[in-house]
Amino acid sequence: MKFGVIVFPGSNCDHDAYHVVSKHVGQPVDFIWHKETDLSGFDALIVPGGFSYGDYLRAGALAQFSPVMTAVKDFAAQGKFVFGICNGFQILCEAGLLPGALIRNQNLHFICRHVTLKVENDNTPYTSELEAGEILTIPIAHAEGNYVCDDETFQQLEENNQIVFRYCDETGEITDESNPNGARSNIAGISNLERNVLGMMPHPERACEELLGSNDGQNIFRSLTNAIAKNDL
Amino acid sequence: MKAKVYVTLKPSVLDPQGKAIHHSVELLGFGQVTDIRQGKYFEIALDAELSEADARKSAEKIAKDVLANPVIEDYKVEMVK
Repeated sequence: MKFGVIVFPGSNCDHDAYHVVSKHVGQPVDFIWHKETDLSGFDALIVPGGFSYGDYLRAGALAQFSPVMTAVKDFAAQGKFVFGICNGFQILCEAGLLPGALIRNQNLHFICRHVTLKVENDNTPYTSELEAGEILTIPIAHAEGNYVCDDETFQQLEENNQIVFRYCDETGEITDESNPNGARSNIAGISNLERNVLGMMPHPERACEELLGSNDGQNIFRSLTNAIAKNDL
Repeated sequence: MKAKVYVTLKPSVLDPQGKAIHHSVELLGFGQVTDIRQGKYFEIALDAELSEADARKSAEKIAKDVLANPVIEDYKVEMVK
């Protein structure tokens, strides 16, 4: 089993992701520079957070044209796992691997704090170690996390249970007050139809140690590891 | 040959930056302003040898594939000699 963490110019959560996979998941992991075109040997890719290409044009817009992204699309088409976190989520939307887009937070602020998330779908490779309805405490750190999509896309997301995480209050209620950025229907994370691609704005890699205030992110990485192990059988 | 490309948020997409600008404009005393939407403007210089039709075709493709995200944005291309 091998994880890859893609590094674009401006990625800055790549080392956090690497640390979590090597230390907490205990699996081999390599950095992948964005000019690579060969992804053979990898079972899962993490598209990390940061400010790829300085967020020029739109967050994630220019990264979609990096050489590695053609290979990432093939990788995803083979059913292998692609996990986009924060800027990684923005990149996967821009690249068309996930529907919708992420625009400026409703209040225009860069928001960096812990939020509570509700697990909406525990039947994905990323959430099998979690329970539907479970509440996770995980930090967000973004200015463009306001998820938007058209009505038709939203209906498909709902019908196909592609909404995996929603912002909620401490009791698990999905409220406007608990929505930090104005995202449609409090969406914090979605998967593609096949469930092998997941994007989320919160940073589970920053919530894997008690010292950092929460280790609720660990079970997401643990779920993914189990899913890869099953695929390997 | 030059292409001017205007990228604007679709009317259905909320524009928090435009709203903030509108608010400031109101504070300046322009109460008659009913809305402000923010967009992006690009100037693309193209090979002078190209025919206008070919230049427009390239500019349209650049606008569609790179400059605008069709999920949230519309674009308009104008050719200038």
